[in-house]
Amino acid sequence: MRVYHFSEHPYPNAWDDPHRYLRVNLPNRAIDPEGAADLFHRYWDEYLLADDLGLDLMLNEHHQTATCMNATSVVSLSVLARQSKRARLLILGYPIGHRPDPLRAAEELSTIDVISRGRLDMGFVKGVPYEFAASNANPVGVMDRFWDAHDFIVKAMTTHDGPFNWESEHFHYRQVNVWPRPWQQPHPPVWSTTASKSNARVLGERGYVIAVLGSGYNTRSLYDAYREGYASTHNGATPGPDRFAYLALFATAHNEAEARRRAELVAGYLRTGSRVYPPFKNPPGYFSVDDTAKLMRGFVPERSFTKDRRVIDMRTGSVQDLIDSVLMVCGTPDQCYRQITDFIEYTGGLGNLLIMAQAGFLTHADTVDSLTLMAKEIMPRLKEYKQPTVAQVAAE
Amino acid sequence: MFKRGVHLATVEDLPAAITVNGVRLEAIEKGRGRPLLFLHPGIGLERDAPVIDRLAENARVIAPSHPGFGGSEQPKSFTTADDLAYFYLDLLDELDLKDTVLVGVSLGAWIAAEIAVKSTARLSHLVLGNAVGIKVGGRETRDIADIFAITEPELNALAYFDPKVGARDYPSMAEADVRIAARNREATARYGWSPYLHNPKLKGRLHRIRIPTLFLWGTADRIVPEAYGRAYCAAIPGARFETIERAGHYPHVEQPEEFARRVAAFTQGSAT
Repeated sequence: MRVYHFSEHPYPNAWDDPHRYLRVNLPNRAIDPEGAADLFHRYWDEYLLADDLGLDLMLNEHHQTATCMNATSVVSLSVLARQSKRARLLILGYPIGHRPDPLRAAEELSTIDVISRGRLDMGFVKGVPYEFAASNANPVGVMDRFWDAHDFIVKAMTTHDGPFNWESEHFHYRQVNVWPRPWQQPHPPVWSTTASKSNARVLGERGYVIAVLGSGYNTRSLYDAYREGYASTHNGATPGPDRFAYLALFATAHNEAEARRRAELVAGYLRTGSRVYPPFKNPPGYFSVDDTAKLMRGFVPERSFTKDRRVIDMRTGSVQDLIDSVLMVCGTPDQCYRQITDFIEYTGGLGNLLIMAQAGFLTHADTVDSLTLMAKEIMPRLKEYKQPTVAQVAAE
Repeated sequence: MFKRGVHLATVEDLPAAITVNGVRLEAIEKGRGRPLLFLHPGIGLERDAPVIDRLAENARVIAPSHPGFGGSEQPKSFTTADDLAYFYLDLLDELDLKDTVLVGVSLGAWIAAEIAVKSTARLSHLVLGNAVGIKVGGRETRDIADIFAITEPELNALAYFDPKVGARDYPSMAEADVRIAARNREATARYGWSPYLHNPKLKGRLHRIRIPTLFLWGTADRIVPEAYGRAYCAAIPGARFETIERAGHYPHVEQPEEFARRVAAFTQGSAT
């Protein structure tokens, strides 16, 4: 099992006023460049420690937001491609649904794969709703644009005999010939996130890694939709655990009280991330007409479930709620191990655990301790742990 | 009225179905006389809109929901106001409408202008209500308020003389009507997200419009200011500019009688 360390590169000093929106329209006067520099270096130090400890590394990208300073994730990826030694480098996600130029994306990702000597995982996403205001890409038809960009990037990475032509609905190039070509053949692994069964099935058909967050004990239906799609294009085969990923917040410590203290700080991510001016949350066409109509009628989608089918609001839930719904793994190393393996048994197999081990105001010292405990106390046991097979779970 | 695959139902007051180039549109047809094609704004057209009755006192009104709006089909290939303009030129041909008064409001006025720069062969008059569609100011001037970056109450405060007119209580509305509102918003973005509610080429083509043209402008409009409308008007040779008081961005909604009266006066008072 792989465990990926993840930080959103937050700038929490701008979170102080609960009445301010944190994304899209928060004036950048609220960020101090010196403080930002200190934080970037600090977060990268934590990534390099994670690399030394045997974890893999996950980065993401958001725009115009105090929740995530990684507006150009390729910069952090580039630094880590050079400075880390062994870890996989997962970008999840790279928002190709609103990127204007997939050629540039193919060039950037190929270069990072080469510099890291083949350690890149490419997590493609369409981009969160608010960023269609920031990028000005049309939210209508975003999935078509996403797949068009995806198809182009894969083609650009796998074509080695000179320029090819691409004239699609969204992108126009006549002489595509990416230098350097990627290290991994035929191309770096593709990951994507989804919260819908129909998209999960499509990812399964393609055999890509499906990453899920926020669904807790409702994840199984997404994974099963993936398995159906996978079987339909792989002669009925069952996908291995390495095709599945799950993201949870993470806080561990030698004793439970300290772990809970850290958890409160890490949970700041969930409690601030949705502070967005409402019109940016639901841009036209981003969600289907049916889903948009439901939102307009005041319907609140149920997303995060506990084992006993309670629905948790991730913005307001207590740390215990977050643990119960696997939005967070928290406790002593023993407790964390049990929470993780309980969840894996439920999913039917899960080979990639993505942990947000740094978030919000969690300090460097706390992050270092949390990561070290994960590496020394939890990961060795996860390596020994035998993943369930789907047949076993289904027979229960 | 059935020719070349055109089907226009004849039941008064009910949405008819017009099929043009395989695209099925819902439409209202009402009244007799000279044809008047009414092109609705992004908020769509309600079946019982009083302006249709008023316009139908002097004309045969045909008021379709644009492709992607209301109950009309959305062809995947339609992404610009230009696409809609060519589509409506085909509709004019298919219905064999002659000497037609073309009336549009907001987004509908943009489509109407796009039609008129291409061909006025089947048109007698053009009436543009609080039109969008062109770029007037400099690159840092937001000519048209960003309707996708404000809440609905904020939008209504900008759009209406009386914001209560635009208020909707979605939780108490029929699900089908809420779906239509969602669909209209999506279609407006499809055609107008970027460049934002305008075609950068259109302004330079407006001189081609050589039929009598009237701008009607609700003076309480704070989505598109009157100065924008006057600049638009100045780009069309001989176009006339009139204001409507106690109305905002949708003068046909807030002052339907006055709107229809101005259209009738203009179209009866002059001829091609």
